[in-house]
Amino acid sequence: MDILPILSTLRRHKLTSWLLILEIALTCAIVCNAVFLIGQRLQRMDMPSGVAEHELLQIQVADVTAPSNPYARMAEDVAVLRQVPGVISVASSNQVPFGTSSSNGNIRLDPAQPERTLFATTYFGENLVQTLGTRLVSGRDLKPDDFVDVETAMKGLGNGDSKSLPHVTLITRTLAERLWPGQNPLGRVIYLTPVVGLRVVGVVDSLVRPNAYDKAKAQYTMVVPIRMGANKDQSYLIRTRPEDRASVMAAVLVALKKADPQRGVTTKRSFDDVRRKFFQDDRAMAGMLVGVIAALLIVTALGIVGLASFWVAQRRRTIGVRRALGATRRDILNYFQTENFLLATIGIALGMLLAYGINLFLMLHYELPRLPAVYFPVGAISLWLIGQLAVLGPALRAAAVPPVVATRSV
Amino acid sequence: MFAYYLDLALRSLRRNKVLTTLMVLALALGIGATITTLTVLRLLSGDPLPQKSAQLFYPQLDPNEKDGYIAGQTEPAPTMTYVDAMNLLHAHRATRQVAMALSQAKVLPQQGGDHPFFSDAVMTTADFFAMFDAPFQYGNGWAAADDDSGAQLVVIAGFLNDKLFGGANSVGKTIRLNDRDFRIVGVLKPWAPQPRFYAQDLGGRSYGDGDAVFLPLRTARAVDMGPQDTECYAAVTDIKHLETAPCMWLGVWVELVDDAAVAGYKSFLSSYAQQQIAQGRFQRPETALLDLMGWLRDQQVVPDDVRLQAGLAFGFLLICVVNTVGLLLAKCLRRSQEIGVRRALGATRREIFTQFMVEAAIVGMAGGVLGLLFAELGLLGIRHQPAEYASLAHLDLGMFLFTFVVALGASLIAGILPAWRACVLAPAPQLKAA
Repeated sequence: MDILPILSTLRRHKLTSWLLILEIALTCAIVCNAVFLIGQRLQRMDMPSGVAEHELLQIQVADVTAPSNPYARMAEDVAVLRQVPGVISVASSNQVPFGTSSSNGNIRLDPAQPERTLFATTYFGENLVQTLGTRLVSGRDLKPDDFVDVETAMKGLGNGDSKSLPHVTLITRTLAERLWPGQNPLGRVIYLTPVVGLRVVGVVDSLVRPNAYDKAKAQYTMVVPIRMGANKDQSYLIRTRPEDRASVMAAVLVALKKADPQRGVTTKRSFDDVRRKFFQDDRAMAGMLVGVIAALLIVTALGIVGLASFWVAQRRRTIGVRRALGATRRDILNYFQTENFLLATIGIALGMLLAYGINLFLMLHYELPRLPAVYFPVGAISLWLIGQLAVLGPALRAAAVPPVVATRSV
Repeated sequence: MFAYYLDLALRSLRRNKVLTTLMVLALALGIGATITTLTVLRLLSGDPLPQKSAQLFYPQLDPNEKDGYIAGQTEPAPTMTYVDAMNLLHAHRATRQVAMALSQAKVLPQQGGDHPFFSDAVMTTADFFAMFDAPFQYGNGWAAADDDSGAQLVVIAGFLNDKLFGGANSVGKTIRLNDRDFRIVGVLKPWAPQPRFYAQDLGGRSYGDGDAVFLPLRTARAVDMGPQDTECYAAVTDIKHLETAPCMWLGVWVELVDDAAVAGYKSFLSSYAQQQIAQGRFQRPETALLDLMGWLRDQQVVPDDVRLQAGLAFGFLLICVVNTVGLLLAKCLRRSQEIGVRRALGATRREIFTQFMVEAAIVGMAGGVLGLLFAELGLLGIRHQPAEYASLAHLDLGMFLFTFVVALGASLIAGILPAWRACVLAPAPQLKAA
């Protein structure tokens, strides 16, 4: 296909051609960035938790009057829950992965260092590793005699009595690698305060923090042997088989009600719900971006249809002459398709530059990473396709122009 | 003359229904998206107390350790320790001053057998209601003396009064909160300023429903109610007694009536910080006194996603306008002969220009009406989103009118180029071609 005649024709329609190119360029730029944003959101929503999500339930209860001994109360509840048929394992915890509400601490590797090394989250609870299903990669799990009641620990903090403080901790592999790159973390000590030194006794494969907003710090997690006692902020985590979740949840609620008819259940949900809730904004944003991309491509396609129809109508006579001089229907069709391809290509080239510019702006204002090159072809291909699809109708109409038109005066 | 242009324009638009529909539809989509996102953006970045916000200020101090402090760059802490908050309150340097923290209160309904439920609570001081113009349905707030006495008094929100007392005047009755009896002294009318400016950095939501109960700070602390958010700057030995712990958990607001008062308070804050440094309590001299809107900006209360969506919608509208320019241009170039005839019969360039602008304006108005429909659909979608501001997303009269401003503006801008092209066409060649 000879493109020189096409170029010379376009030169006579400069204004409309440039408008079309501009529209394609803007669309391409926005589509590239929007697809990139969707990719970012999907990637975030895919963040691993390190726990057996499809096998876990979370329950929180609130008492009418605070129990006189919250630790005994919690032990009773856990015993009641363990009795429920279908329950594989039960844990208590002050927080849950992706649960938003979190307890965190500044950790130091040397009690005297002025600045914190990093900000890690602290899980307090019994039987967590087994129930959550996170894998222990080295060392040992926490043992019952590692545990200290939170009030005892607080008193110990007050009077400096180290016997009433916890002494050991579990950490994630990511945290171990961050604190002591390439070294064995077992036996090393992390300081939560100058008097609370925790010896690392075990490393778990992965356990995400409740407030995992920053991917790089999502696995800065410690499990500390502190018993919190029953209160409204504590969660019971129940492991069961995925297919038993609904029936176990119902049975567990009945069992808790029987143990104390007075209290209310404030949270009852599966871990699938926890994850869904944590990432709901990302899902909504990704959905909205998909909608915007679709609407943009439709508007651009409509624009192409409109202008192409106009060009076809305007050149009816010329087309007739070409047909009379021996051009086939296929030649006419190719002519309009090639014309659109040329315009789209120029638009896409400009669009790439613009996409890069928009990305720079977004990087400056929204803490986004640089647009990877792989997103450029996405915008290019979608616009080439949309262009060809949109021009097909008008081009077919052009190809249907009979040669006899050339002989008629308009 | 205008009626004639209108008639011509309508004829022309009717002649090519498909092209006209395409133009209106594309413009309406762009306008719908823009109005939807702008409505949300306006809602989220609005002034929660328009009549008062210029007089409300948020003082900040910095009790943090010296490490990491860079003079002039490190911002002071967002919340305050109990000691500092009380010192500022008792200094009475402003017209009104209030300290507050957010908490949760367990409410036990009077009817036996009902389960207790948790409600959002504000622990604060006497000036709160007058300072923030919180309107009372029944009764009043508590007196300054009650702040110190630790009296078990409470002000409840209208919706809690409806729930517990069926909306009747409950002043003087008791309500059981966190296993203690409190006497109700006031019931608020519906009050939920958006954004929830006073909840910033205290661990509360930025948007959504108002709080249910308001208690005197000292009373609430005496019954072990804890703040939603606590930040400690030194090793804590006794987290139960937050009043003496090196922890920040209170927000302080002051009311200052004029610039002189603001300047006076600023110098008071600096001298307070210097005095604390002299006493060895503080290491950093940094202070701040932002007004309400400044504080909301500083807190970046509007979510990034919402700003991104608004930007995206404007990009979309831009593409729709370019699209309309192209289609209008195509339409007007096809009518070269008609224009030639009109020019030959005596129409001036100005008249041709006006005629095409009227045509563009009609497309714009149609796009505006349809765009309004799309915006309502968009806002319906937003209301079904999980965001905390979702239920607030409604089109108000201002945005309703603004829709037509945007529609008319967009279509007239889109119409300029085609109309200009039409009016500069030389009539003779067009007539000859015919």
